[in-house]
Amino acid sequence: MIYAIQVNSSPHHCNAGQTAYHFIKAALSQGHEIFRVFFYHDGIYHAFNYSTPPDDEQQLTSLWSDLAQHHNIDLVVCISAAQRRGLLHTDEASRQGKQDNDLAAGFRISGLGQLIEATLVTDRLIVFG
Amino acid sequence: MIKRYLFILRKAGYSGAYGQEMLDIILTTAAFDQSVSILLLDESVFQLKKYQCPEKSGMKDIAAIFSSLEIYDVKDIYIERESLYERGLSADDLCLPVQVLARKEITELIQQFDIVFSG
Repeated sequence: MIYAIQVNSSPHHCNAGQTAYHFIKAALSQGHEIFRVFFYHDGIYHAFNYSTPPDDEQQLTSLWSDLAQHHNIDLVVCISAAQRRGLLHTDEASRQGKQDNDLAAGFRISGLGQLIEATLVTDRLIVFG
Repeated sequence: MIKRYLFILRKAGYSGAYGQEMLDIILTTAAFDQSVSILLLDESVFQLKKYQCPEKSGMKDIAAIFSSLEIYDVKDIYIERESLYERGLSADDLCLPVQVLARKEITELIQQFDIVFSG
């Protein structure tokens, strides 16, 4: 089965993001395909490059980056939700006259159309958070 | 390809960016020429309450966005009767004509859709 995943909660607010991560690992291990993970609402906080939890805590942003790298998963952060919360990629920051490069490795920024496209081409959308 | 989308709103308007961001998904889906319906449950029934004055608090007018949805061909807005009654409201208190459903009819409604966004 081909899945689209939406993550709506921040990593430190509740365990929805962590549950999404484990769901994706389990789905991949059983031969399913993850077409895209879309980070919306406070879910965009997963993509902050400079989030630095203490060393003895789970580094969820790094886990997402590893997942993108090893399984070629498309991690998309909603641009309007991201900008509203101060997460700017270099391109957008320079357009806005700001200096910033907040996006962690493996994530990319795009629009809501990417979420709707994902729901059109997959068998299931699963929303976490 | 056209799928049938149902957006289930459950929170009051003006509670952070949530209301605006749900409307953004709804408008984007409509822009993709998909079939879009909205169901208001629980606190979200307040989003359609008449006589909102959000500008006094420096907020954007959510009810005005709902009123403009018809332009985007979003015509099916459902609201749960019990959610209204539990909050002392009736359909007369709303700023838009909506379809009022009983709680026991909600499951059957949800089953008619391909994609359900809930929040």
